[in-house]
Amino acid sequence: MTPALRRGMFFAGLAGFVAFYLWGLAGLPGFGRYPGPYGFIINRIAVGQTNATGVVSAVNFEYRGFDTVGEEFILFAAAAGVATVLRHLRGEQEGGRDEASPEASVHATSDAIKLSSLLFVGPAVLMGWFLASHAQTSPAGGFQGGVLLATAFALIYLSGEFVTFRRLSPGTAVDAAGAVGAAGFAAIGLTAVILGFPYLYNFLPLGTKPGAVSSSGTIALISFFVGIEVGAAFILIIAELVEQKLLVSGRGAR
Amino acid sequence: MQYLPFVVVAWILSVGLYGIVTARHLVQQIMCLIVVQSSTYVLLLGVGYVTGAVAPYYSDIPVHTSAVDPVVQALALTDVVVEAAVTALLLAFAIQAHKRFGTLDPHELVELRG
Amino acid sequence: MTPAGPNLVAARLAAAVVTPYTVRPALMDVLQVSILVIVAAGATIVVLSKTPVRQVIALSSYGLLLALLFLAFQAPDVALSELTVGAIALPALLLLTLAKVQGRRK
Repeated sequence: MTPALRRGMFFAGLAGFVAFYLWGLAGLPGFGRYPGPYGFIINRIAVGQTNATGVVSAVNFEYRGFDTVGEEFILFAAAAGVATVLRHLRGEQEGGRDEASPEASVHATSDAIKLSSLLFVGPAVLMGWFLASHAQTSPAGGFQGGVLLATAFALIYLSGEFVTFRRLSPGTAVDAAGAVGAAGFAAIGLTAVILGFPYLYNFLPLGTKPGAVSSSGTIALISFFVGIEVGAAFILIIAELVEQKLLVSGRGAR
Repeated sequence: MQYLPFVVVAWILSVGLYGIVTARHLVQQIMCLIVVQSSTYVLLLGVGYVTGAVAPYYSDIPVHTSAVDPVVQALALTDVVVEAAVTALLLAFAIQAHKRFGTLDPHELVELRG
Repeated sequence: MTPAGPNLVAARLAAAVVTPYTVRPALMDVLQVSILVIVAAGATIVVLSKTPVRQVIALSSYGLLLALLFLAFQAPDVALSELTVGAIALPALLLLTLAKVQGRRK
């Protein structure tokens, strides 16, 4: 199949798809004219029912919590998949770079990069924890906070402190943290079942004032666990890729 | 203006698909896949928008203020993070393909068998 | 396209009681239209980049543009997500992969 033939077939298929899409588009109510009832209903009742002023996080962890459990496990499985796919196959050895690589001489990191990366590690960790623990009050949540935590880890790698990086890199600690996060979310739901409620029912006290950090029951707790799990998953992925680059020399490199 | 966001969604989707079909480097294909995924986020948020409304956060505004739909925002939020992890899995496959076959050209990868 | 049911209409009326909008709707329209056009152009630039490293940089700024678009669509949570993931974490993963893969070609 020549590239020209492939491109021609692609354009033919795309023309058909766009025709159907535009035809379906004509039946939509238009941008800004949201007709459906669910958005209005949830906006009206969410603060009263859950004492959480961040309605999006309330939807994520309370009204639609079961789907979020599934998505969190997708993340967990993807991180485990990366670790599995990049495992050490027969014939690969760890340690040292292969001499055939053209960039055998890596220049040292400049001082400016080292300093600014190290400067930002602290604020990144702090911001990550803030986002993960304030899901119910402001635009925040476990997912964003977890990714920011993993970014702090990548900053340590950027700063060239390789010894620290090796010491911090997973290890049983990060693996255990990921497992605790994923299991914690599921365990909260199971605790509700043990107490006689449906799965993932909000059984903790809801707090008195809407929008306080300790209010909204299980939403804050679930967001905290999700933050741990997402951070651990991304740290694992980044560390796997870095290890591939720096330590694994190939078998039969061409 | 009524349908502009949805037309932009179709444009981004088509452009991303074109990139996937004509790429000669596996990682470039993965990046065009990221562009295709981003079109779905714009579609989700475009469906839930209410004219003249604000974001659904009631920390400092009265509770009966009209706000945009929070359900599609919740969908798009977890969508973004989860698809990043799936992209990482695709990148791991690309690394292994490079190790085994020595090439990252999708046209050549089809012909190499085992 | 009017939805049926008197309770639905009542819900919509009740929900639209207070709107703190101080920006004129026309200005909001202009903002959204311009960011949409820039996002479409950004997607085209990402796809038409030649070398992978350039495409990663273009993808990172495309993530930033998308975050601005989500802000204009009144979705700050999604904008935060897209910023941390699409502009920081994903380009980091892509660059690590490219470093591994391109270090051994030729």
